[in-house]
Amino acid sequence: MAAVDLRPPRLVIGPLAWLRKNLFSTWYNALLTFGALWLLYSIVNPALTWSLTEARWGVIEANLTLFMIGQYPREELWRIWLVIDWLAALIGLSWGIWRNAARGFAVIALSAGAAFALICIGLEWDAWINWLVADAVLLTFFLLGRYLPYASRVTTVGWLLFFPGLFLLVAGSKAIPALPAVEMGAWGGLLLTLLLTIVGNFGSLPLGILLALGRRSNLPIVKYFCIGYIEIIRGVPLVTILYMADILLPLFLPVDVRPDRVIRAMVGFILFEAAYQAENVRGGLQSINRGQYEAAQALGLNGTLTTAFIILPQALRAVVPALFNSFISLFKDTSLVAIIGLFDILKIGRSVLAQSDWLGTHREVYLFAFIIYWGFNLAFTYGNRRVEEALGVGKR
Amino acid sequence: MFGRHGDQCRPNYISMKLKAFWRDVRFLQMLAQAVFVVLLALVAGYLYVNVTANLARQGLTVGYGFMKNPASFDIGESYIPYQASDSYQRALTVGLVNTLVVSVVGILLTTVVGVLAGIARLSSNWLINKFAAAYVGVIRNTPLILQLMFWYFGVIIQLPSVKQAIELPGSIYLTNRGIYLPWAEATETFPAWRNYLIAALLSIVIIWILFRAVQQRSSLPTPFWWNLAYLIVPALTVWLGAAIQPESPLKPFLPALVGLNFKGGLRLTPEFAALLFGLVLYTGAFIAEIVRAGILAVSRGQAEAARSLGLTTGQTLRLIVLPQALRVIIPPLTSQYLNLAKNSSLAIAIGYPDLFSIAGTVFNQTGAAIEIIMVMMLSYLSMSLLTSLIMNIYNNRVRLVER
Repeated sequence: MAAVDLRPPRLVIGPLAWLRKNLFSTWYNALLTFGALWLLYSIVNPALTWSLTEARWGVIEANLTLFMIGQYPREELWRIWLVIDWLAALIGLSWGIWRNAARGFAVIALSAGAAFALICIGLEWDAWINWLVADAVLLTFFLLGRYLPYASRVTTVGWLLFFPGLFLLVAGSKAIPALPAVEMGAWGGLLLTLLLTIVGNFGSLPLGILLALGRRSNLPIVKYFCIGYIEIIRGVPLVTILYMADILLPLFLPVDVRPDRVIRAMVGFILFEAAYQAENVRGGLQSINRGQYEAAQALGLNGTLTTAFIILPQALRAVVPALFNSFISLFKDTSLVAIIGLFDILKIGRSVLAQSDWLGTHREVYLFAFIIYWGFNLAFTYGNRRVEEALGVGKR
Repeated sequence: MFGRHGDQCRPNYISMKLKAFWRDVRFLQMLAQAVFVVLLALVAGYLYVNVTANLARQGLTVGYGFMKNPASFDIGESYIPYQASDSYQRALTVGLVNTLVVSVVGILLTTVVGVLAGIARLSSNWLINKFAAAYVGVIRNTPLILQLMFWYFGVIIQLPSVKQAIELPGSIYLTNRGIYLPWAEATETFPAWRNYLIAALLSIVIIWILFRAVQQRSSLPTPFWWNLAYLIVPALTVWLGAAIQPESPLKPFLPALVGLNFKGGLRLTPEFAALLFGLVLYTGAFIAEIVRAGILAVSRGQAEAARSLGLTTGQTLRLIVLPQALRVIIPPLTSQYLNLAKNSSLAIAIGYPDLFSIAGTVFNQTGAAIEIIMVMMLSYLSMSLLTSLIMNIYNNRVRLVER
């Protein structure tokens, strides 16, 4: 074979090579690149000009507290801060004990606290000190969790107590003089959104597990009842369920029982979400190897014990990612309560837009709500991915 | 799953027939179901008593008699004739048709958007790839209702007035009174032309059936140049039609500014435009992820094997990759279509008169809660069931037939 003159190899490293490989590899890729650049310019340029010159961001600054907690009495604000500090302490403890698994959420909480403190300082608000306290609490409890004996037991109990404690603190009670009751109509903004998300998710899980077990049961009546429930709920829009809960629930209860609208919405979310949780859990149940049932039977466990101690723990572990996804989609779905008249972020946005000072600031208000939802979901997805990586969910 | 003991008990069953029936799994299962039914009946009875008491106190009766009464409210847009003096039933039908229109148009458009974005997400072009990723990330992580309100209140309502309409190439006008698109108007020869087109399309099907029959009998592949028949026969049919009916079947119907408003063309109301735009973009982001996952699910070896067998790029895509990707894509795609139809109920937030919004108005006027909610639920449920039926039929055609 005669020697062939080879041209020197083309550049393979460096920014020019990167550009050629990723943006201009073929003539149509080059065209696409220019098209995308033009599109990017025609979106970003007016958007930036608008947000830096025309936009009246004052509408957010003036109503920030309203967006966050609605009409919650301002003199009871310390309860919200207490809840935040409690959460910070729990995240810190978890981080100290479980390290990798909780690190994602801890980092997010720390940086969010610091960012909020900076924003508050920039706006010359006093709340910056509360955010710094929350960060300090988180770090202190991180150290405690790391070096204190029995910390993991304390943390578990703390998490279990957190949800009832959260409601006790936020709602208050007539029986406790230090915590006067706050009527639910005053809950609003991000506070209401988060409460609805938490209740909807954790409240629907038991019902969802029962429905999933029922759907796989070999008792025909139970099975078809569960299938019917799940398919009907999944076949209609959430907003009709909420509407039904709002209008029909008072009709279905005794004459003198009139639950608050927030409670009605919570019932609606639980009934709705249970059908979806059931399908998630069913996926987990289906993933369990038959050998697990047979082994449990060989050990002499009956059906109930097999389900409770062998099957469900494995099935729930397998569907952790799906449950997190439901959490995020329910967080978005809570915005529908605006339609039935509860004061979540959107509805508060509408009432702010009706103030005579801030007419026509639709874009500012909706973009702000966008950022809240998006930021929350991003942070949550990130933290969740770290948990899954650390626990090896879906791998082991 | 939990009752496997039953099968194992059977050999001893005859000997224990009369004793210890409470240990018999079949008896226990019957008992459990009986208890379940009794509990359900008790709950239903309790609810029934409460409903009757509540209705009696409010002086309401349950029944669909009110549906014939005049609705006496106006509806912003309607695809079937409607006026305020029509019945409630008619008003609800208008809402249902509005929901169906936005759902069907939305499903068609969102498929295009989703497939394009899904392919863009796999592009080797870094910028296109990141662009699609940003679109999917932002849209999927924010609530649809917020997006709808943004498009409606933040964008479409704030477009310039008719006088200063934004003109896009192709006679498209964006104004705060709606979006005007070029449309076509049927002339007198349209019905005749429709028949020629149907005949042309039919000829394609007939040729396909003929070719398949020939191929099955001879078990030889159809010669390549036979495929020209697919082009020539329909073209001949249409040409024949043109010879008989020289006048064009459609004439362009362009929007034009006449006096204070646009005349002609197709007008999308601001509500419809915002709802359609929001739904298409939102669902498209979910479909993009489904398409991407479907294409990635086809292992690379499949395409490589096809290439080594001598198939062209087009053939590889059409015969090897797409059929396998579709199998993964169809089931989740179905649920996205259903989601779009269900999500159209958020139209109430921006004032598009869909089924949910009209049902709400009817409820406010009549107070007939149970009846209205039943109508609403049944309509959405049958829409969902119908869509899943159609998609299941399609899915059965593309799914893997196992040995």
